[in-house]
Amino acid sequence: MLLIHCPYCQQSLPELEFAYAGEAHIARPEDPNALSDEAWRDHLFIRSNSKGVHFERWRHIHGCGKFFNAARDTVSDEFLTTYPSSAPKPDLCELQGDLK
Amino acid sequence: MSKFSAWSLFKNALSGNKNWDEQWPDSEPKKEYDVVIVGAGGHGLGAAYYLAKEHGITNVAVIDKGWLGGGNTGRNTTIIRSNYLYDESALLYDHAVDLWQDLSQELNYNVMYSNRGVLMLAHSVHDVQSFQRHVHANRLNGIDNRWVTPEECKEICPPLSLNPDARYPVMGGAFQARAGTARHDAVAWGYARAAAARGVDIIQNCPVTAIKRHPNGSVAGVETAKGLIKAKKVAVSAAGHSSVVMQTADVQLPLESFPLQALVSEPVKPIFPCVVMSNAVHAYISQSDKGELVIGSGTDQYTSYSQRGGLPLIEHTVAAICEIFPTFSRMRMLRKWGGIVDVTPDRSAILGKTPVDGLYVNCGWGTGGFKATPGAAHVFAHTIANDEPHKLNAPFNLDRFRTGRLIDEAAAAAVAH
Repeated sequence: MLLIHCPYCQQSLPELEFAYAGEAHIARPEDPNALSDEAWRDHLFIRSNSKGVHFERWRHIHGCGKFFNAARDTVSDEFLTTYPSSAPKPDLCELQGDLK
Repeated sequence: MSKFSAWSLFKNALSGNKNWDEQWPDSEPKKEYDVVIVGAGGHGLGAAYYLAKEHGITNVAVIDKGWLGGGNTGRNTTIIRSNYLYDESALLYDHAVDLWQDLSQELNYNVMYSNRGVLMLAHSVHDVQSFQRHVHANRLNGIDNRWVTPEECKEICPPLSLNPDARYPVMGGAFQARAGTARHDAVAWGYARAAAARGVDIIQNCPVTAIKRHPNGSVAGVETAKGLIKAKKVAVSAAGHSSVVMQTADVQLPLESFPLQALVSEPVKPIFPCVVMSNAVHAYISQSDKGELVIGSGTDQYTSYSQRGGLPLIEHTVAAICEIFPTFSRMRMLRKWGGIVDVTPDRSAILGKTPVDGLYVNCGWGTGGFKATPGAAHVFAHTIANDEPHKLNAPFNLDRFRTGRLIDEAAAAAVAH
């Protein structure tokens, strides 16, 4: 069972309170009409599926109900950080530096 | 390698079972192969076997980062069936079920295939309607799925509770009699032995770190922990790690890897004569020949490579099983584990060529790859040997995510399947 820190509630709570919502920082295309089939495939279906640090969205569905982002190591399942979805993507080197 | 038979059992019993041959040699890699297969699970070893047997290609190596069959082949819950909704899936999985029937004889290895039947329970009017649609679609494809009443369900599976006040009442089911289970390790071992007997090298504990390409883009070989191995063709069958391996050849796959949870109970006397699935409440259960109840749960909600068994999903699955089979409520569970499954957006496999010349992929089986092992391996070998897909796997191409011609079993099953 993961313990997940909600950046809004400022509490670490069991995984059961949260819903996973896929990879983070995927922006909708600005001009969908101009997109090629390949670009649509990449936008809709291709994900990093990182083995290592993965940026992902979570929703505190049985709490404040808000979406937030997290950086998690997919090998150890350890959360490096969680941050509000409005915040910019954190620097990976700094995150891993903090860990060491 | 000597042939297994009643006579060889007898002869070796007389000498105290001390003179059995090794089942397959643990090979060291040669400099170069015609085909290198990455991943020594059932799918990879099976492809090597069919390459050697049906296409005469024996200069083949199967390379695995761990031990043979130690990934999802040894972690699944061994269910075999072919009652899929769409024509493409139904035909491919039924091809596998056809091959399962006499696989033990074919490989001279007892894979303990048991066609005990798979019963899928319907708990709501929606389930009833959707299962009946599945049954009709299956019958049009010549698959032996049929609709059974609640009383017939009870006859097929006596521990089932028909209590009308149950939280998940049984309103009927779909029963595929030809479906069943097999011993999953034995499938990997049988294919390994039969492939090795035809000259295939099996290289264990040798991680493939990168796929190498020629300057013109075509595949050149694989970089491994034991050095560079050149190959004319490389075929990837690496399950949950397929996207990691393929990224080294600059091929991005539409895959996400999730831990799939499973558990077994303490062994008990034979009580459970078939396989029961209940998609609506997420319970998959059968009894192994050792007597353990083998229970398949769902995938964790988040992507991970941790192979860790976790409790949240298991609790949900076990709660559903206790409702449907109250007699198991005091059963003790022995072990739980996770396997990393590679899931595609439409929940159908990717089986065929890639944009890189000489590179082939068999992945994306998600939570249900074991049942397809012989069929997928057979058509994958055809694809590798001829550089063209077999007609059964042609629809399962990688290009469908660009064209939009998906095989949407995700929508058809509405859950992992």
